[in-house]
Amino acid sequence: MQRPWQMTTKMNNELAERVRMVIAKHMRIPPENITNESTFADLGIDSLDGVNLLFDIEEEFDISIEDDAARSISSVAQMVDGIEKLLAAKSENPAPSASAS
Amino acid sequence: MIRVGITGVGVISAIGKTAPEFWDSVRQGQSGIRPIRSADCSSMRFRNGGEIPEYNPNEYFDERQVQFLDRFAQYAVIAAREAIKDSGVELTPEVRAETAVITGACVGGQSATEEGFYNLYKRGKSRVNPLTIPLTMANAGASHISMEFGLMGAGFTLSTACSSAAHAIGLAYWQVRSGGAPLAVTGGSEAPFTFGLLKAWEAMRVVSPTTCRPFCRDRDGMSLGEGAAMMVLEPLESARARGAKVYAEIVGFGMSSDASHITHPSADGPAVSMQRALRDAGVRPEQVNYINAHGTATEVNDPMEARAIRQAFGPHTDRIAVSSTKSMHGHALGAAAAMESAATVMGMYHGMLPPTANFTELDPACDLDVVANLARKAEAEYALSNSFAFGGLNATLAFRRV
Repeated sequence: MQRPWQMTTKMNNELAERVRMVIAKHMRIPPENITNESTFADLGIDSLDGVNLLFDIEEEFDISIEDDAARSISSVAQMVDGIEKLLAAKSENPAPSASAS
Repeated sequence: MIRVGITGVGVISAIGKTAPEFWDSVRQGQSGIRPIRSADCSSMRFRNGGEIPEYNPNEYFDERQVQFLDRFAQYAVIAAREAIKDSGVELTPEVRAETAVITGACVGGQSATEEGFYNLYKRGKSRVNPLTIPLTMANAGASHISMEFGLMGAGFTLSTACSSAAHAIGLAYWQVRSGGAPLAVTGGSEAPFTFGLLKAWEAMRVVSPTTCRPFCRDRDGMSLGEGAAMMVLEPLESARARGAKVYAEIVGFGMSSDASHITHPSADGPAVSMQRALRDAGVRPEQVNYINAHGTATEVNDPMEARAIRQAFGPHTDRIAVSSTKSMHGHALGAAAAMESAATVMGMYHGMLPPTANFTELDPACDLDVVANLARKAEAEYALSNSFAFGGLNATLAFRRV
C-alpha cells in the first residue's frame, strides 16, 4: 500500500520554509544548511531527535502524526509532503465543534 | 564465596496475582496485554497494556495502610509477602537483624505525584496531600517491606529505568554471596498506568498500538506492564540444610554502560554485560542453554539484542533458546527484570523454557532460536536474563539449574 507520505506533490514553499525553521531551531543549525533534499542522516538527526522534531512539527502545524507514518519519514521532502497531506485532510474534515456534539 | 539459591518467589502481574498463577500463564504463553482500564487512553495512540485485572488494594491492605502506600509500593509488599512465605524461611530476630531488602523501581509513586500536581495545576488547590513525598519516593517499596517484616539489614532501591530490578537482584546476590547478608528479599515493582506517564510514553513513539510481539517481522513496539516480582535469596547450603525448595542458583551478575546515546542502544554494551555475567559465574559461553531476552519488541531493540547475543556467543548462538516474556506481562520497567527472572527460574525448576507469546513470524534481522508461543520442555543447565535500560545501562543475571 502506498502511504500518503510516499506520494510526491508540488512542494509548498511556505510550508517547506516553516519546516526548515523548526528543524533549524531544534538542531541548532543554520536554516540555510537545510534543503528540501536533505535527509535526516545528512542533518545528524537521530531517532530521538526525530521524535522531538515530530513533536515540534505537530505543535507548529496543529496536526497529529501517526506512529507508522512517522516511521517512514527520513527526509525534509518526506516531512513536507506528509504535512501537506495532513493539512489537506484537516481542512476537508475539520474537527467537530463543541456545539455540534 | 557463598553459593546463593533462590528459595522464594512472589509475583503480582497482568498474567497472575500469585507466582503459581503467573507461571501457569507463562507456561501456556498467555498474554495479559489488554485494554488499559485504570487510565483514560481514549486520546492516545495506544490502548493496551499489561494491567493487573480487577486489582483491589483492600484485598491486601486495611484502609489505614492503603493511605500510606502508592500502588507500586503495594505491589512490592504483596510480592514480598508471597516470596517470604514461599521460601518457608524462619525470620528469627537474628536473621531479621541482617536481612537485606534491595528493590528496583523506575518511576516510583507516579499516581501520588500526578494526583497531587493535578490538584495544584488544574483544580487550583493550594495544598497537596502531606503524604505525597513518602508515597512517591522510589524506595517506598523497600521501606514498607522492611517495616512489615522487621528486616534491618541493608535496604535500598536502584533506579536504572528498565534495568532497575536486574541491578537490584544482582547487588542482592553479591551481598549474600559475600556474606554481607544471610538472607535478601529482592526484585522490583512498578505502577506506570497513570494518564501523565502514559502520555509521556506515547510521545516517545515506541508503544505498540496492538500488542507486544518480540522478534517478529510485524512487531510494532513495546507494551507497558505493571506489578511486582520479589525473590528470597539465601545461602544454598543453609537452604538445603533446612530442606527448602530451591528454584535455581544465581551464579553470576554482569553490568556495563553503552556510553553512547540516551535512548538508542548499542550492541557492544549488552554483549559485554553478558560476557561479564559469564565471567562472574565462571561459566563458558557454550554452557548457556537459554536467554530470557530484554526483548521489548521495539524496532531498534530486538535486532540489536540478536547482534549482541551473537557477539557474545558466536556460533553457539544457534544452540541457545531465546524468549521475551514481556510479550505476556508487558514491559514493567523497574519490575521487568524481576518478573523475567521469576519466569526464568520457575522455568528451570519445572524443566521448561518460557515462550514468547503473540509470536507470528521471525524477523530475519533477529536470527535467534525463539521459543514461540508455548513453553518448550528442556532442562536448561545455565540461563541468562538480560536487561538494557534507556541511558545505555545494561545488566545480566546468570542462573544455574539445581
